[in-house]
Order: sequence, then C-alpha cells, then structure tokens
Amino acid sequence: MIRIGEQEIEDLLWGAAVLGAGGGGDPYLGLLMAKKAIGKYGPISLIHPLEVPDDALVISTAIIGADTILLEKIPRGNEAYASVKKLEEYLGKKAYGVMTTECGGFNSTVPFVVAAQAGLPVIDADAMGRAFPEQQMTSFHIYGLKGSPMVMTNEKSDCCVLETKDNYFLEKLCRSISVEYGGVAYFAGYSLTGKELKEASIPNTLSFSLRLGRAIREARENKQDVIEAIIETTSNSVYGRAIKLFSGKITDIKRNVVNGFMQGKTRVQGFQSFSGQTLEVCFQNENLIAYIDGKVVATVPDIIMFFDEVTGIPLPTTKLRYGYRVVVLGIPTPEIMRTEAALNIWGPKCFGYELDYVPLEILHSAYYNTAPEFAS
Amino acid sequence: MALKIGVDVGGTNTDAVIVDHKCRVLGAEKVPTTKNVGESIYRALDRVLSSSGVNPQEIKYLMMGTTQCRNAILESRHLAKIGILRLGAPAGLAVEPLYTWPEELKNAVGNNWAIVNGGVEYDGTLISPVNPEEISEVLYDFKRKGIEALAVSSIFSPVSYEQEIRVKQLAQKIFGPAFPITLSHEVGSIGLLERENSAALNAAISKVAAEAANGLEEALRLRGIEAKTFFSQNDGTLMSLEYAKKFPVLTICSGPSNSLRGAAFLSGLTNCIVVDVGGTSTDIGVMINGFPRESADPVELGEVKTNFRMPDLISLAIGGGSVVEEVDGVLKIGPRSLGYKLTTDGLAWGGATFTVTDAFLACRQDNVGYPGADLSNLRNVDTKFGEKVLHKILLDVEMAVEKIKIRPGPIPIVVVGGGSLLLPNKIGDVEVIRPRYYQYANALGAAIAQVSAEVDRIWALGDVKREEALEQTQKQALKKAVSAGADPGSVKVVDVEEVPLPYMPQRAVRIKVKAIGYLAEVE
Repeated sequence: MIRIGEQEIEDLLWGAAVLGAGGGGDPYLGLLMAKKAIGKYGPISLIHPLEVPDDALVISTAIIGADTILLEKIPRGNEAYASVKKLEEYLGKKAYGVMTTECGGFNSTVPFVVAAQAGLPVIDADAMGRAFPEQQMTSFHIYGLKGSPMVMTNEKSDCCVLETKDNYFLEKLCRSISVEYGGVAYFAGYSLTGKELKEASIPNTLSFSLRLGRAIREARENKQDVIEAIIETTSNSVYGRAIKLFSGKITDIKRNVVNGFMQGKTRVQGFQSFSGQTLEVCFQNENLIAYIDGKVVATVPDIIMFFDEVTGIPLPTTKLRYGYRVVVLGIPTPEIMRTEAALNIWGPKCFGYELDYVPLEILHSAYYNTAPEFAS
Repeated sequence: MALKIGVDVGGTNTDAVIVDHKCRVLGAEKVPTTKNVGESIYRALDRVLSSSGVNPQEIKYLMMGTTQCRNAILESRHLAKIGILRLGAPAGLAVEPLYTWPEELKNAVGNNWAIVNGGVEYDGTLISPVNPEEISEVLYDFKRKGIEALAVSSIFSPVSYEQEIRVKQLAQKIFGPAFPITLSHEVGSIGLLERENSAALNAAISKVAAEAANGLEEALRLRGIEAKTFFSQNDGTLMSLEYAKKFPVLTICSGPSNSLRGAAFLSGLTNCIVVDVGGTSTDIGVMINGFPRESADPVELGEVKTNFRMPDLISLAIGGGSVVEEVDGVLKIGPRSLGYKLTTDGLAWGGATFTVTDAFLACRQDNVGYPGADLSNLRNVDTKFGEKVLHKILLDVEMAVEKIKIRPGPIPIVVVGGGSLLLPNKIGDVEVIRPRYYQYANALGAAIAQVSAEVDRIWALGDVKREEALEQTQKQALKKAVSAGADPGSVKVVDVEEVPLPYMPQRAVRIKVKAIGYLAEVE
C-alpha cells in the first residue's frame, strides 16, 4: 500500500503524462480537485490488485465526453462519487475500492477524488496501461468483461442506470447521455470481482506513474539528467527499460482534425549521434508509430513520448512546435498489453496502419541485450 | 499635420517618441521613472517636445504602454479589495474562485467570493435559472465587507452573457452607477478559471489603473497637449483610454508586444525574429505578417493563470546590467542584475561590481554609447575573460533564436534595446539588423499600433449552421474592434480559427476570430 498525499498526486500526474504517450488531455483541473479532496479528507491509499479479496467489488469511474467542456463547466465535485454510490445501491454491494480505466489526463484523477470522499482505496491498476483514443480500447473489453450496469450522473444529481447486452451499444448510449448532460458525464461501471480485477487489469500502472513523476521532479530539482532518470526508473518496473529513440529538433508538424481526433505527423531532424537522420512520428491524439529514415523503430501499444531536451519535461502532441529540441523515448509496455487479443484491439492495424506490431526489444535487440549502465 | 507620441513607462526608464503621419521619428527621449508616474510622463513629454521643437498643438494622438498595473499585481500592492461572484451552481462548485491564488495576493484583494445559481451549457441552455434575491444578498454582504470593485463570471458566458449583465444591473443599484464592475466575458475567452482570474485581476487593479490614467491626463493638460489617448494592450494593438480604464488588465503584458512591433517597424520587416536586450533580461520573439506570434500557453501573472494573448517569447535572464561571477571555474551570468544602478555600481563607472557591460567595454576598448564609463577602470580585466562572457551570451541567444523559429531556413534577425550592442553583428549564420532608434523600440511600437478585438466562443451546430456561426462570430469581432477605437472603414478580420470539439456526436465547434483596423481618424 502507498499513501497518496498532495505531493504524490502531483508526481503521479507527471508520470501519467508520460504514459499518456502524447495524449490524455490536460489534468490541471483534475489535479486541483484531487489536491482539494486530499487536503479535506486526508491522504488516499493506493493498493495492489493482489490486496483485493477475490469476491470483493471494484468499480471503475471516469468521465465520458468532451474534456474541452471541463475548461468552462467546472463540475460540482461529487458527480463521480454519486455514480459510484448509485451503482453500489443497484448492485446491493459496497465497493472495496475504485479505479480508473485510463492513465493520463483528467481521468487518472477522478478515482482519487472519489476515493477521498468515500474513504476507499484506489486500485493500483488501469485498463489501458497508457492513454488510448477510443473507449473500447480497454483490457476489460479484451477479457470479455462488461461495462454494464453503468451509472451516469451530472451536477444536478440526475442519474441514469444503463443495462446493455454489449459494450458497443453501451458506448453509444453513453455518448448520447453525455451530450444531454452538457457534453460531459461522470460514470461508474465495469464492476469487477477481485478475481476479475487480477486477471483483466494492467497492474502497477499508477505506482509506476508515481515513481516516474517523482524521478522526473527529483532529477530536475537536483539538476540531474531527467532522461537518464526516466530510463533508470523504467528499467525495473512492469514496463520495459526505456530506449532513447532519437534526439533532435522538430522541423515540421502537421495536424488535422479527422472524425473528432487530432491526427498528424511530427518530423525531427537529428542531432549528435542521430545527426543526418530524420525521425517521423504519426499520432492520433497519442503517438502511434515512429520511423527513422523510413524504417519503423516503435509501434503502438509501446509508448512513444517526446521530452524537452533541456528541462526533461514531457511534451504532449498539442504542445509540440517547430524548433523544439526534443528527446524521444520508447517504453516497452507490459506483456498483458501485447497478447494477440490485445493487439486486435489496439495494435497498429486498429489505427489504419498496415503494419504488424514488433516489440521495442526486437526492433532494438542490440540495446536490450546489454545490461543497463547508470551513472551513480 | 497630425503627430503622434508614443510613451513607454518602464520600471527603470520612461521613454517618449514623436512620429509624424508617415511614422517618421521626429524626436526621442529617455528619463528615469520616478514614483510619481504622472511626473515621469510629464518630464519625458517635456524633454521630447523641447529637443524636437515640435508644437504641442500638433500632437493629435498619444499612445501609452505601461508596466504599472503588472507590477502592482507582481508586488501585491495598491490593489483594490474585490468581490467575485460566480454563476453556475450546482456546477462550478468543485474549485472555488481564488483557490489557485497565492496567499499574499489573495489577502491583498480580500478573500470574498460566492458561487450562486446560474450559468449555461455549451449550447446556451440554462444550467439553472438566475435568482435575483440570492444575488442581491451576496452583493449586500460584499458591500458590508467593504469591497472596492466587483468581478462577475458565469459558466459559458462567452456563449451567452445575459446573466453577467443581469448581475451588473443589480450591482449598480446597490453600489451606484460608477462602481468598477468587471464582467468576465469582456476580458477573456473559453476557460472559466482563467477568465475569472482575469476579471478578478482587472477589478483588483482598477485603482492603480485610474491613477495611471489620471496621471497621464494631468501630464497632458500641464504640457498643453490635446490628444486622443490610447493604451497598448497585450497583443500589441491599441485601445482607447476609456476602454483601458475599464479593462486595465488587457494592458499588463503590452511591453514585449510593443518592442517586437517597434523593432519590426524600424527595420521595415513584417517577418523577422526580434532580440530585445534590456538591463536585466533579453526577450526573443518572432513577428509573422506584421504581428507577434502568440504563445500557446496562457500567461501566468503572480502565479495566477490568465487567458491572455501574449507573444510567444523566450526570455533569458541576461542583460547589460547582469552580474558576472566565476565560481569554482564555472562562469555565471545573471540572473542578478544591477538594473539602473549600472551607471553607479558597475566597474566601468568606478563601482565594484563586474557586469556584462564591463566585459563588453573591456573587449571593445571604446565607450561610445556609454556616457560616464571610464575604460581605465577596466585595465585589470582580462579581455580573454571578457570575450568568454560575450561568447557565452551569444551561444544562449543563438540557441533561443533557433528554438523560436517557426520554419527551417534563414529569417532576418533584428536586435533592439539598450543592451543590444553586446551582441555581435552575426547570430548563427545571419547578419543582424540594428535599426536606428533601436533603444526606443518599445515607445515606437506603442506609437504605430493598430486597434484589434478578438471573439472566442463555442457554437452548437444544429439550429445554427456552420456558415452562420462563422459569420456571426466575425461580425461580433468587427463590432468589438470598432468600439475599441478602430476606424469602421478599415476594420477587417485577420484570423479565423475553427476547432471542432472531439468526442461529441452532435457537432459543436469553437470559433476564434480576430479583427484589426487602423485608428479612427481625428479631424
């Protein structure tokens, strides 16, 4: 168990920004809400899925809809908690803990606000292992688990309980309701048993975010190399050791909004050991595929992330600009995210790329066959 | 002939520049800024009128840029006690007004706020109806607590602002018609917390702004100038004195825009990189088609997030007065600066502190442009060390120039500001442009500015068609520019940004329009 106080939630969100893989949205409002809740109710416990009894109930809670709306329509603050309570009432069972479906952005903060209000722990796991653009891209879906029954609440305590046969129709209903709620709805769903949680969630993602965020902060405070600190932190985690894919200067960014998603391509001209080479990264909200001189060097679901070369701050795709000097890291994702069933949901083909997923460890076998060396 | 005066009230100096109708410079002067702003302006005006021999009656326009309001916020002083009323309950309760403000600033403005029923959704439908009794009760409570200005915000007021106006009507009955009231939709765009912060800051600086405006009017009267008066705003364009009195917060970041535009004008370029070297810092920005490129991130002022338009700048803590030290063989330049004390405490002036300017003078062996500097004070300075200092500054500037560029290939570089002689004639591979009057770029930028307005709102596309939404937003922007002082005949839309909101099956779109025009002529 890990205690999450105000400093920890801030660190955790910096780490979640890395797992956001360039997307995930701005967590600023979520951070304010979580800090306020912790200030009022005290620190939150973050517990491993293995600490949850097999027959206990775990509920996922997050928002669905356009997070742009949140810039203006600040919530009442108890919507997600109200959804969780209603779902407990509907199921006739108290939740043992709450969790998020996605790492990165506002959604990684929602369960912490609920946990503080309800006096429950947050489960150290999620259902994406990173941020993905589409709702069905969850490990829960891969393992055949149902989002329904799902409760959706707004600030006026209006409330819908949805029971559907499959997740696709649930998704469709959710979207319509969120529009009627003013663009954003707070849901509670994916009620899992402890046993299902252990099988179908991606564990340790929040504690990993915390360690990663803390490493970034401490390296910056101590004027150490942030990139080295990230590589060191990843090398003993459920994720694989991060690899420095490239460093250079951004020379071109193309962005288009297609079907509500920000799509585009970032081009980077190499510096130092990458001099003379060109990196191209294709993104759809999140970074998906990276090429160096036309050769694939990283593919989704492995994480591709940009960092400011000087400060080491993670840079989401919305903040990338011509002239930025960046380091691009690849982070191997946990095995549960690379199974055949998983790749059918979030592999390169799901985003329209006629490519097979190749793990970073195979694409860069020379790097991964040597033991890591770190300056002490 | 109608002449213009540009005035820049900086922390160290107050500059004044006179230009004619073709923007030719007829005179330029600098005086130190004293505590009494009106007096500093008067002395600057007096000096520039005397040295240029211009008849005060010929001055028809005065444009002013000032850091007074900005400094008041940064130093938490002279701020008005304010009340903040937010409409939106039961939404909007999760993070209250002032929650993100630093304690010192919060205490300086008094911690008075309330959240009441009201607000609308993104498509303009009510979140909850406004309750006049509830609002009056809050206003009377604010009155008992002695607030001196009021800020009003409501959820999605850029879509529908009737509720904010309703509150203003109620407040005027209670506080009187002249009471300073800021409605959030008038000072900002989408983003409730940031817009509300901007409205609150605007209310808080209402006193300082009134003082500065009165000081200016008094200085003009005393010097016999009858001119139409404007303030420069954050994006480098102008607004009328009347508008500036109501919305002083829109002037707080005008300095960098003015120096960028002034530099571009002096060099005759519309696309260029500008390096402005001052006494304490160096600002590097970029001009695109005659306007400063704006930053993507909102401006933070005294740790308070606002939603202002502000040029995209890279600021280095290096200027002419920066203190140079070598600690354990590591060269350290700035961030400490002597500022205006350079000419008393700097080594070349017989002082004891070694600054960047001393390094420069030691290498150049010439004091032209630095009155009072005595090179014999620098005889013990190793010129190799001096060169090392200047080289390090050049490397930092080159790096920043590379970073701020928007596309590959060479782009002209213009250097301005009092400390700009420190830079060599080449930055990277580019020969720099050092225009005449480089040290007055700020005041000149104010003198030559145009008038602009921006509208940013979300439209639900259903009853309203996209074309109609675009047209209406553009009309609003044009109207806003005219009311800010632009000539109706010259106003045009210069920028339209349309962003569909993701994850919404029913289409909604955010439209941002900017309109610009020349100053309405004075007959």
